[in-house]
Amino acid sequence: MTTTQLVGLLPELEVIRADFPILERTVAGGLPLVYLDSANTSQKPQVVIDTMVDHLERHNANVARAMHALGAESTEAFEGGRDRVAAFLNAPSRDEVIFTKNASEALNLVANTLAWAQGPLRVGEGDVVVTTEMEHHSNIVPWQLLTERTGATLKWFGITDDGHLDLANIDELISERTKVVTLTWVSNMLGTINPVAEIARRAHEVGAIVVLDASQAAPQLPVDVVACGADVVVFTGHKVVGPTGIGVLWGRRELLEQLPPFLGGGEMIETVRMEGSTYAGIPHKFEAGTPPIVEAVGLGAAVDYLSHIGMDAIHRHEQAITAYALEGLQTVRGLTVLGPLDAAERGGAISFELDGVHPHDVAQVLDSRGVAVRAGHHCAKPAHARFGVQSSTRMSSYLYTTPAEIDALVDGLEYTRSYFKLG
Amino acid sequence: MMSHELDSLYQDIILDHAKRRLNAGLREPFEAEVHHVNPTCGDEVTLRLHLEGDVIRDISYDNQGCSISSASASVMTELLIGKTVAEAKPIHDAFLEMMRGKGQVEPDEDVLEDAIAFAGAAKLTARIKCALLSWMAYQDALVRAQEESDV
Ligand SMILES: Cc1ncc(COP(=O)(O)O)c(C=O)c1O
Repeated sequence: MTTTQLVGLLPELEVIRADFPILERTVAGGLPLVYLDSANTSQKPQVVIDTMVDHLERHNANVARAMHALGAESTEAFEGGRDRVAAFLNAPSRDEVIFTKNASEALNLVANTLAWAQGPLRVGEGDVVVTTEMEHHSNIVPWQLLTERTGATLKWFGITDDGHLDLANIDELISERTKVVTLTWVSNMLGTINPVAEIARRAHEVGAIVVLDASQAAPQLPVDVVACGADVVVFTGHKVVGPTGIGVLWGRRELLEQLPPFLGGGEMIETVRMEGSTYAGIPHKFEAGTPPIVEAVGLGAAVDYLSHIGMDAIHRHEQAITAYALEGLQTVRGLTVLGPLDAAERGGAISFELDGVHPHDVAQVLDSRGVAVRAGHHCAKPAHARFGVQSSTRMSSYLYTTPAEIDALVDGLEYTRSYFKLG
Repeated sequence: MMSHELDSLYQDIILDHAKRRLNAGLREPFEAEVHHVNPTCGDEVTLRLHLEGDVIRDISYDNQGCSISSASASVMTELLIGKTVAEAKPIHDAFLEMMRGKGQVEPDEDVLEDAIAFAGAAKLTARIKCALLSWMAYQDALVRAQEESDV
């Protein structure tokens, strides 16, 4: 199949690829890099790299507290990053966008402050927190810590055989005692896109707050924090062509205002006396210490870049590539895809098993052909356990992925089978 | 990694051991049982050690892992079963030295025998833990078995 026959691909794919300098690299002694590990971290376009370098070369200073020209420029660039992220999320207010270190820290921020909150938000003894079996460890462990420390109970949605959330017992899980429902929008292992709005509606009926892990959704779906119905949405910068070291927490203003601070330190205060302190308003209340400044500037450039191409167009591209990959993978003898087989129901991460070859060995042979995939449990051990496997191989595409790269993967898998002498 | 490196990683000895899995399965009797996990990839091994005085009578194991970690368990049990704890120690030490030597350590075939085949894995940061998993489990089991007999 040639590129032009695939409907939905980004029209200027070669131009987009040229934006990502790393894609010109060769590996394994001169082979072109076939990067199929974007769900792990995405590659960075030149504009993000240049924007960060320019900031460091010409505008670097601390933010908010430096009373000079550079301080003003740096603050403006940093807060400009917040504006861009707010626009990317269609957030009602820029103040609702909090910068964290990554998605994991954002989820920990929410889980911790809910334990410390006063009033109705507080999660305590007898309360229920609901998560799902298909979460990344980052959206399981903080809630285990919260419930273990407070005497609350953690419950979870299971997964059906075809890789969807099992909503059969939703009435039992989401009940009067439920304070928080947290789930991933798109699974990093199964690829499944979850019915977020429906679950949010049910959670709100019982007065629970809804936390959405959009780490895999933000890179590939148009995200509208209001339309999705959640109270909190988090994602991580490095998966949306931005830098590492920065994550985003969006929360509804009333909610964020009721939550107590997470970390204490500079920048998050209104005034400090030895007897006690008062705190800044949002977003700064949750941003103690010198923030990830150049990272925020880079993230602003990253989400602008994605918006410029268009999240709808990126989503169509991902679906076209995913459909093509699902088709190609299923031609490989002994290969089983974990998760939904219909590209329309899923994101661009496809985990699979190859009968008779351990994922580590699959990834190693693919690497010798320049094809980069991930092998292991992808920080989703419970989801693997659900399917009775300990690990899997995962390919994940992005806006720069071509059908030819999928062909290289499929060829590489055939080669892997022959390398390990499977008939 | 290049394709000739691939072949030096997956030497015939390794592929052969990964298939045959010598001494696999959990057996009685044993003085110590340990469970080790490689947290990055989730590979797991349960290993039992049976000592008779100073002699390693049996090492039995159940593992879930890649060909490198399976072959490593197989080679290790083949090398160590029947030896005394004191005879096993220099082999164990030499294996650890090779695996932690970033590919710079020239392994001694007289000591390591088949285990010399893991020299290729020692050059790959991502695979060192796979090769070491069962060896670390043995060391842990030995400490426990000896503590047991001290009581
Ligand atoms: C669904 C999901 N949630 C959370 C995370 C955690 O992101 P980070 O490690 O950047 O905090 C990831 C990425 O690894 C993910 O895929």
